[in-house]
Amino acid sequence: MTHTYALFHVLLALTASPLLLSLINRVKAFFGGRSGPPLLQPYYDLFKLLRKGAVYSRTTSWVFRAGPVVGLAAALTALVLVPLGNIPALSAFPGDLLLLAYTLGLMRFFTVAAALDTGSAFEGMGASREVQFSALTEVALLTGLAAVAAKVHAVSLSTLSSQVWAGGLAWEGGATVLLASGALLVVLLAENARIPFDDPNTHLELTMIHEVMILDTGGVDLALIEYATAIKFWVLSALLVSIALPLRTTVPALNLALGLGAMLILGVVVGCIESMMARLRLVRVPQLIVAAGVLSLLAFIMAVG
Amino acid sequence: MMQALGEFLVILMILLNLRLMGVSRLGACVQTVAIQALVIGALALLSQPKPGFWTVALVAAATALKAGVLPAMVHRAMRETGVVREIDPLVGYTLSVLIGTGMFVLSLMAARSLQVPSAAGTHWLVSGTLFTMLTGLFLIVARRKAITQVLGFITMENGIYLFGVTFAIHEPWLVQAGVLLDVFAAVFIMGIMVCHINREFDHIDTNRLSDLKD
Amino acid sequence: MIWALILIPAVCGILAFPLASDRLRRTLLVTAALAHFALVLAAWQIPLPFNAATGWLTVDAMSLLFLSICSGLFLAASLYAIDYLKRSPKAPIRDYLEGFQFGNRPEGIFIGCLLLFLAAMTAVIVSNHMGILWVAVEATTLTSAPLIYYHRHHRSLEAAWKYLLICSVGIALALLGNFFLAVATTAGPGQEHSLLLPELVKNAAGLSPTWLKAAFMLILVGYGTKMGLAPMHTWLPDAHSESPSLVSALLSGALLNCAFLAILRMQTVLVAAGMGDFGRNMLILFGLVSMGWAAMLLISLTDYKRMLAYSSVEHMGILAVGIGLGGTAAAGAMLHVLNHSLTKAALFLVAGNILAVYRSKNVNDARGLLGILRVSGVLWLAGILSITGSPPFGLFISELMILKGALAGGRWAVAGCYLAALFVAFAAIAWAGMRMAYGRPDTLPIQSKPYAESVLSVAVPATLLVGVLVLGLWMPLPLWRLVKAAAATLGGGF
Repeated sequence: MTHTYALFHVLLALTASPLLLSLINRVKAFFGGRSGPPLLQPYYDLFKLLRKGAVYSRTTSWVFRAGPVVGLAAALTALVLVPLGNIPALSAFPGDLLLLAYTLGLMRFFTVAAALDTGSAFEGMGASREVQFSALTEVALLTGLAAVAAKVHAVSLSTLSSQVWAGGLAWEGGATVLLASGALLVVLLAENARIPFDDPNTHLELTMIHEVMILDTGGVDLALIEYATAIKFWVLSALLVSIALPLRTTVPALNLALGLGAMLILGVVVGCIESMMARLRLVRVPQLIVAAGVLSLLAFIMAVG
Repeated sequence: MMQALGEFLVILMILLNLRLMGVSRLGACVQTVAIQALVIGALALLSQPKPGFWTVALVAAATALKAGVLPAMVHRAMRETGVVREIDPLVGYTLSVLIGTGMFVLSLMAARSLQVPSAAGTHWLVSGTLFTMLTGLFLIVARRKAITQVLGFITMENGIYLFGVTFAIHEPWLVQAGVLLDVFAAVFIMGIMVCHINREFDHIDTNRLSDLKD
Repeated sequence: MIWALILIPAVCGILAFPLASDRLRRTLLVTAALAHFALVLAAWQIPLPFNAATGWLTVDAMSLLFLSICSGLFLAASLYAIDYLKRSPKAPIRDYLEGFQFGNRPEGIFIGCLLLFLAAMTAVIVSNHMGILWVAVEATTLTSAPLIYYHRHHRSLEAAWKYLLICSVGIALALLGNFFLAVATTAGPGQEHSLLLPELVKNAAGLSPTWLKAAFMLILVGYGTKMGLAPMHTWLPDAHSESPSLVSALLSGALLNCAFLAILRMQTVLVAAGMGDFGRNMLILFGLVSMGWAAMLLISLTDYKRMLAYSSVEHMGILAVGIGLGGTAAAGAMLHVLNHSLTKAALFLVAGNILAVYRSKNVNDARGLLGILRVSGVLWLAGILSITGSPPFGLFISELMILKGALAGGRWAVAGCYLAALFVAFAAIAWAGMRMAYGRPDTLPIQSKPYAESVLSVAVPATLLVGVLVLGLWMPLPLWRLVKAAAATLGGGF
């Protein structure tokens, strides 16, 4: 029974994840006093890109062509592993939180490899920045997840998300989970290249981190990468919502609705954060990620101590 | 419910300490110290099972002093000296935050070995107060600007005060008033001295106050 | 009567701030000092101990000893101050070391703070409650910081800042120790005791050992910072060398003793709780470290005021070692408090005279004392002999008593380190002192005929040194009884 809801969640994610990104863009436009692009714009972009051809540089090899494909595959694998509130993931087993972290890592690795494969200085710069920051975010992500896992004594993400807030709003592990959620929010922003870590709308290559790595991709490859980015955002948001949302019911349909509602609210929150802050100077980015790591560490100490 | 609120306040205090260690803008540091005083006042009132009139009055006076008057004095010193940021501390900010986490672990271990006899607070509270004191000491040692050192002193006194009010509850209020007055006078005199130091030296970098040595 | 002891200087101090006339202020200072001293002398006649404020303030054997020292020194300092303030020019002075011009602090603040300082020190000595003791010690820090910053230039400001910050941090640690002590009292069967010393001593067996030990360590480190025990002594040389001489005399001779008294009060609680050995070992450790550190740093010192400051650190170490050994050594330490205070105060006052004439703090420059400043030169020589522990001065007796205690207890290592440090300090101080007394001040532009010295500026240190000399030759019976009573409360048997 719950498997049907999990399947429903995956199908929804596959179809609606670009919509989440366009919701963020609309929120940013609202803050800017504009009406913004239409909600279905990402789909138009994807269809446009799928019909185009691509030009491959002579310096690239099979790595460059494999990058987008492996990235999408890894993102889809992560989607299958992530729960949403009380709805378990489509595939849940003990230790799947490690697999989730590492599929995201695999996706990042191939993106970076593809970027380095082009031999261009811009992509190399983006690759080095991406790797430096993700070394710190991975610590924050894993420690935060470990904190929550230690608190509820579960090693599977689905069990974890169903045990969290099991006692209602007055659950005594609330403090731990709140700290871990704060850290996970920072990780969400960092991993998906949102402000304050990276500006997705900039056109200045020297300021980019993620955008510059895909500077030389075009056509179907770019479509795959954009779609994988949307799925990755959905995955990390669902993870955050699963841990932070305190409202749990026994009716699965209601849980799904609550989870989706929370995802939409999270999208709006990210949009607000993006509109209210400027991008941080590159020397300050590690400081913020380390602060998130310290929050996760604090959550871990509170869970264990 | 009270327990959860108390825990929440302790976590807030720990986060405030970490913020104090990681922020370079002095205005933000002063604000953090003021909020810390409020949190500590709330924690002090929460830890008493049935607070008497004098206790409440004293805690209110202490909080008003530490959250209002002392930050105002530090702000005045900041205005006179024109110092806005601590740009080049002895220990960098990321490292400070990491050391802070280490100090928190230390205070947890210390709180565990010193079993608090009464049920007046959880062991989080003891470790929170010890951590606040260690933060204050760290700020005094690892920062250059005299104003940051004064803020470190206030933080340290905050931690000690919280420990005193929550655990040594039978300390007579006369002594507590005396402690409060002493802290106030100390910060007052320090504030005056910082302005004098700025006038004499044209900076308040205490690391450069090294004319006297053997 | 105890209230009068605190209130007279406090009220006079507050009165001194708004007074406009220099003459009135100085008379106020001396009157208050005389009144205080008279009251203390009267207290010798009353049988001890006697209380005030329902037992929160008390004068017992230890208090009376320290009170007499403090009051006597303050009287001496205030008499010297009249001469010193008369000599201080109103116009900006040219600094001898760096050549800039500086002014002095308003005299009203100076005298007011001096009197408040006396009130705070009295409060420390007579308080019978650990909390009030803390408040008073912090008050002494706050009232003495402006005194250090009397000459308004950057070196004294730096010294005053370091003093204020380091001592405040130390005293904050002592406050935590107080709270730990309060927690220790609740470990008993559901009862709450106050921090009144007699009650602490009475209920000492019921105190929780871990908390008590932690409290003692914090109080030792905290008040030890104020006392000048190494390694927390870093404020001492700067503060003593930059402040006016009479302030240095008071700091060295009276303030360090007050901090010492605070530690002693805590030690009585430990002794009553049966953990006296722990306290004594810690005291010996800190004492030997102080002595060794000071002896090392004394070796190639060229600033004679800093030399006197490090000598204070060393003597505080001797006091700690004496109390740590217990028994005869504890009585020796009590006697040493008196001897050291008198000698150090006299030395600082004479150093003030030297500085006023030579305008240099360098040992190599300020030479030929016996020729140029005849009386001060003799006093300087006598003081140097005294502070290094030479007979027939009193310090020899007290240091010998401490050594005797160490040997009688079989503490050979302690005795060895003690003697080694004393020897090194003796060599260093004696070398510098002799160098200053003899020779000729070739490098300075001063006249080679003897200066005429004002009466007060030499009479005061002379009286103090005569006192030390007398104590070295003859022990008055009331004093001996007082010393014995004080040492008895510290355990170790005598």
